[in-house]
Amino acid sequence: MSKHTLSVLVENKPGVLARVAGLFSRRGFNIESLAVGPTEHPDVSRMTIVVAVEELPLEQVTKQLNKLVNVIKIVELEPAIAVRRELLLVKVRADATVRSQVLETVQLFRAKVVDVSPEALTIEATGTADKIEALLRMLEPYGVREMVQSGMVAIGRGPRSITATAGR
Amino acid sequence: MTSAPSRPSAAATPGTASAAATAQPARPKPAPPSGTPIRVTGAQSLVRSLEAVGVEIVFGIPGGTILPAYDPLLDSTKLRHVLVRHEQGAGHAATGYAQATGKVGVCMATSGPGATNLVTPIADANMDSVPLVAITGQQTRALIGTDAFQEADICGITLPITKHNFLVTDPIDIPRTIAEAFHLAKTGRPGPVLVDIPKDVLQETTSFSWPPELRLPGYRPTTRPHGKQVREAAKLICAAKRPVLYVGGGVIKAHASPELLELAELTGIPVVTTLMARGAFPDSHQQHLGMPGMHGTVPAVGAMQRADLLVALGARFDDRVTGQLSSFAPDAAIVHADIDPAEISKNRRADVPIVGDCKEIIVELIAAVRAERAAGTADLTPWWTTLNAWRETFPLGYEWPEDGTLSPQYVIERLGRIAGPDAIYTAGVGQHQMWAAQHIRYEKPMSWLNSGGLGTMGYAVPAAMGAKFGKPDSVVWAIDGDGCFQMTNQELATCAIEGAPIKVAVINNGNLGMVRQWQNLFYAERYSQTDLGTHKHRIPDFTLLAEALGCAGLRCETREEVDAVIHRAMEINDRPVVIDFVVGKDAQVWPMVAAGTGNDQIMAARGIRPLFDEE
Repeated sequence: MSKHTLSVLVENKPGVLARVAGLFSRRGFNIESLAVGPTEHPDVSRMTIVVAVEELPLEQVTKQLNKLVNVIKIVELEPAIAVRRELLLVKVRADATVRSQVLETVQLFRAKVVDVSPEALTIEATGTADKIEALLRMLEPYGVREMVQSGMVAIGRGPRSITATAGR
Repeated sequence: MTSAPSRPSAAATPGTASAAATAQPARPKPAPPSGTPIRVTGAQSLVRSLEAVGVEIVFGIPGGTILPAYDPLLDSTKLRHVLVRHEQGAGHAATGYAQATGKVGVCMATSGPGATNLVTPIADANMDSVPLVAITGQQTRALIGTDAFQEADICGITLPITKHNFLVTDPIDIPRTIAEAFHLAKTGRPGPVLVDIPKDVLQETTSFSWPPELRLPGYRPTTRPHGKQVREAAKLICAAKRPVLYVGGGVIKAHASPELLELAELTGIPVVTTLMARGAFPDSHQQHLGMPGMHGTVPAVGAMQRADLLVALGARFDDRVTGQLSSFAPDAAIVHADIDPAEISKNRRADVPIVGDCKEIIVELIAAVRAERAAGTADLTPWWTTLNAWRETFPLGYEWPEDGTLSPQYVIERLGRIAGPDAIYTAGVGQHQMWAAQHIRYEKPMSWLNSGGLGTMGYAVPAAMGAKFGKPDSVVWAIDGDGCFQMTNQELATCAIEGAPIKVAVINNGNLGMVRQWQNLFYAERYSQTDLGTHKHRIPDFTLLAEALGCAGLRCETREEVDAVIHRAMEINDRPVVIDFVVGKDAQVWPMVAAGTGNDQIMAARGIRPLFDEE
């Protein structure tokens, strides 16, 4: 199955997330990742949904999403023409003996240390799913105490805007 | 025929439907809604909004949180409220009204259990694309989310079974929300919309102005078909050697029967009408092959299986029509026309998708086919030879039960003949429903109302009640099973008191007949929990039950009595009539495609597989 990134513009109203999430679950579509946030239009929110489906079910997902009254517009963002990012916050065991090695890894991935204590470092990293995964692989040997990851957000490359006509 | 002793009915005076239509006392009419805002309560705003969108009738039951709305309702001269006995009855009545008239049906209930009792009819309307607006009371805003008395998250509960739903949190939004609800319910692919209104929103003072501006930026249904797709379809239609017009309920929703007739006669293509489309094309028409699907006719099922082109009009390739999808119509190219783009290629990949309103699509198809026919068309004679041979060899029929009991099919067939094509028929779900779909000859759209998608037992009586209120001058027959009838017959009290003299034919075989048929065929005749005792114990006695509910109760047990009892029922118009037809329990619905098998396995009768054997 291939992964598809859908940018879904929705009305900024209570319950819209439940409508979208409910649609996915009752029609048997799997959500790989979901991120919701505001847009430049106060009435419009944007969801970035990653689904793992074949071409034909993808068409069904899109059509069913389009039927939701609060959904304004759906655009599939192909990897080649979009910037895609995830955010990772990870707390790694790092006492004085290994701290410099961990910091080296952080630099290598252009990540940031956002909190420090005698036994642990908290690291912030953004990037594609691949980069986040690679960073985590490198940090694992030191001991990951806790981690949290955002859903993917994505935006098309070039000057065009998919929200230009959505705000009315 | 045994006619139970009649006694004065509660309905005798306010009674008949025509009287009900005219008996509204002449009260002074309130000032028409104007564009300038006026100060009202939320409840008054709701009633004015319902009046303004043209609602004539509301089916419902008051209760705690919806109480404020019932007060201004008392003063309305435009809105009639019918007090039902169970909210499920209100929902199905609104559906029956909508199905019979093409207008939006409206039901109303209080919060909590009132609202949850509407869940079944809302799901039913959703599956059958019925325009329905359900209005529910809700706990006051401050109490929402606290598990307050009679609180239920009805918006959350109905999320997957409505086209859309609203929770109104500000009384100023009431007119716009009602206008949006009706717009959503009746346009595009019709469906149910629920509006949940907290009690304090109904009580608060607000301003009312009409018409409100709709704010539905994400809702833009496509009605005009794409010209290129229509021309593509016309090409296939003219080139096909074995085409079939596969007609679904969308044709009735789009009021496209006259156009369908024109297209069929122009092309000479055979027509099949699904369970939801019975009546969309006249049964008497030479080109009509009957109903396709699990209990369809051999010619209809066979035509689809052997077709080289299916032109699906407002149909959705439901599993009850296609049987096993992988072996359905294997050689057919598919033209799929529907208002809902999500239906196209959902189950079967369409070669030519056409999104739009069925009426507009057929009109454009007719023009495109006319243009295309100039270049010549395929000869359909060999196709009709095959179809006519099937028609002759495997006509719809039935055998009389060997034990000498009354044949249910005969009862339904006679009922259809005597009541005729001008009557409106509703059915519950099960054997009687299939027999009513098969053995009554429908000539007009909106004369056959049933629960096709959800398969809701208990639909018939309340739906007939709604249809009768919508079409008071039509004869309305509910054809029900003894199982179904025991689920919703309390609405006969509503019918008797509110003046809806419907007629009910209880096809009483003493059993949950369709389940029993499956147990007979697929569970080694082990009849687990299907005997209702309505034969063995005569509990309940349906004629006495009918009398108790203010109806005339008749009974018929032999072939000789059938016509007379139906005629007797047709003469009673001052109150509802119930006929208890005591029929044999072993009659089965044939033809049949067993669930999960391919349509080539259709059995005309037990063990006879016409399509399979011809190979």
